[in-house]
Amino acid sequence: MGEGQPPAEVRAESIEGLLASKEIVITCGSGGVGKTTTAAAAAAMAAVRHGGKVLVVTVDPARRLADALGLEGLGNTEKRVDPAAFKSAGVRPRGELWAAMLDTKQSWDDLVRRHAPDRETAVRILTNPLYQNISGKFVQSHDYIAMERLYEIHSGGDFDLLVVDTPPTRNALDFIEAPRRMADFFSSRLLRMLIAPYQSRLVNMATRPFYQVADHILGSQFLEDVAEFFILFQTMYGGFVERAKAVERLLRDKRTTFVVVTTLEAAPVKEGEFFIKVLSAKGFHLGALILNKVLPDYLLDEALERRAANVCDDAPVLARIDGLAEAVEADQEQLARVLAEVGENFRNFAVVARRQAGLRKSLQLHPEVVASVPEFEGDIHDLPGLLRLGERIWT
Amino acid sequence: MSDLLDRKLVFVTGKGGVGKTTIASALAWLAADRGRRTLVCEVDAKGNLADFYETPPIAFEEREIAPRLWAMSMDTEASLKQYLSLQLKLPLVARMGPLAKMFDFVASAAPGVREIVTVGKLCWEVKERHYDFIVVDASATGHIIGQLAAPQAINQLVQVGLVRQQTGWMLDILQDPATTGLVVVATPSEMPVSETLDLTARLRDETDVDLAAVVVNRVLPELFGRGEEEVFERLDQPAPTRLIEAEVGGPVGDLMQAARLTVSMRRSRTEHLERLREAIDPSVPLLYMPYLFFRSHGLRATHQLADALSAELGY
Repeated sequence: MGEGQPPAEVRAESIEGLLASKEIVITCGSGGVGKTTTAAAAAAMAAVRHGGKVLVVTVDPARRLADALGLEGLGNTEKRVDPAAFKSAGVRPRGELWAAMLDTKQSWDDLVRRHAPDRETAVRILTNPLYQNISGKFVQSHDYIAMERLYEIHSGGDFDLLVVDTPPTRNALDFIEAPRRMADFFSSRLLRMLIAPYQSRLVNMATRPFYQVADHILGSQFLEDVAEFFILFQTMYGGFVERAKAVERLLRDKRTTFVVVTTLEAAPVKEGEFFIKVLSAKGFHLGALILNKVLPDYLLDEALERRAANVCDDAPVLARIDGLAEAVEADQEQLARVLAEVGENFRNFAVVARRQAGLRKSLQLHPEVVASVPEFEGDIHDLPGLLRLGERIWT
Repeated sequence: MSDLLDRKLVFVTGKGGVGKTTIASALAWLAADRGRRTLVCEVDAKGNLADFYETPPIAFEEREIAPRLWAMSMDTEASLKQYLSLQLKLPLVARMGPLAKMFDFVASAAPGVREIVTVGKLCWEVKERHYDFIVVDASATGHIIGQLAAPQAINQLVQVGLVRQQTGWMLDILQDPATTGLVVVATPSEMPVSETLDLTARLRDETDVDLAAVVVNRVLPELFGRGEEEVFERLDQPAPTRLIEAEVGGPVGDLMQAARLTVSMRRSRTEHLERLREAIDPSVPLLYMPYLFFRSHGLRATHQLADALSAELGY
């Protein structure tokens, strides 16, 4: 359903305007709604129309999309999307499209090297068995590291626009709160309490039962391992907290905007609404709402639906129209079945489209820019596909 | 094929957005309907499970929400307290505030600690035979292995202590295919299928948990039978269309357009289904759930999918 007019609900502001005026665009939304594809499409369009250097950072792209962007086996390095890919898509971009993946482990290692007081401590942290496990799985480590890397790239000053896809999180907004939580974590009283006996060998009477029970349950060796890890990690405290605060400032900066992506189904919409609510309550800039996989408007046409009902109910009658069966080279029975299916199919999807329309109405009340992307027939896994999607959200 | 409901503990996972919770609710509903005392537990507390039963929010305390069907929402802290006071007979511990906080802290650093409390609670329910059948609306594909492999991870990290002593019996329960199984939910599209295949490989390599079934959700009905698609192609031409339009009194082009959309959507989905079918061990049942046009949410959807599951399982 590539044709059709741009949806009517696009207001004065547009995705085009948003991408022109912001330096960082962060897409968020429930899993499976098409965040990655939307982020890549927006970045590709910006590179084509606005020019400059545009980078899309994705967390977990579908394999074919990663291939199309030349991301296979790339890790943390930014790489320019081959201009030949644009050429074969029949487009001459004004600027450059770059892409990068997020490698959590690599990013954590970099972070440790940057903040450890000396090389020896860095090596001790990097080889600590707990760290090995943690760098992949730390509390919201994924979320934090995504934002941290965003900061890193932005402060490198190499790109005009960054479009970032957020990792699927258990709690929708973990990644926003991750920098602060990271800072809190390192300045926590509990952390000091936990490592105190291993630092001073002096446990006061009040906390002794606490350690005894902890020992009993977890074993003192394990607690010592944990403590050693935290002691090492604490050497990075200052730099780490400063950094986490800087990351949070960037997320709140006027140059940063959030785009909520959702499909029009009950659960993702619920999560999308939650995103919208929390983003505005916490003072982040909500730039746009993108509705993905929207069924075509004609499914809402009531006259058409009545005709679909007619085709369904009167299929045997219609199949007897003079010359029709001959024209389609079928017997009347077969033709009647096909007609009934065509009518039935329309009526089925008309119900879904109506449900979508209801959800769209309730969502649309919020942000200034709302754009819809039609339900495409297949997956989007190449540059022409991304540009086709991009066109639909652009103005 | 019917052995799914004969297990004791079934984890349901899948990529975000494929309908993991829907399938878990339907499976639990079916089991209860077929006479099993069933517990359904949500692990990632997004509060969605209650929606699928039209029931007030679900808490850690199990509540009977329908005949023979109990529901609970996992809360690691509550679970730890219950574990310490019941399992280890340490009643005082449950009242120790700092311990719970410390647990939170250690759990932040040591992977597996939080997970083992979750898995431990579920295994304990199996061990105590409180229920015939336990369905877990588990973590998404990205986290499920960490959860299922938690006892092994703990074994490696914690050398002594009571927690360590608990891992043995949990592993016995998790690794027995007659007791425990994993159900992976996918939709017939690229990412969910790829994640399902990655997950089943990791399940084999990193755990001893049995793959019980793969559920393919939201399968579109086949619009046209043999030879009918060609008839449709010829029908969707100007002359035949005009004949129909004259009869029904208005344009029907978009009717054809909608049918075309369904046909091509189904075609691209079939490709992914094929990929799934080829890669999954033929002994693992593939269960197909229909795309629900009318209600995709709520108890009505749960009922419909429970019926579909029942049919697919051969009841």
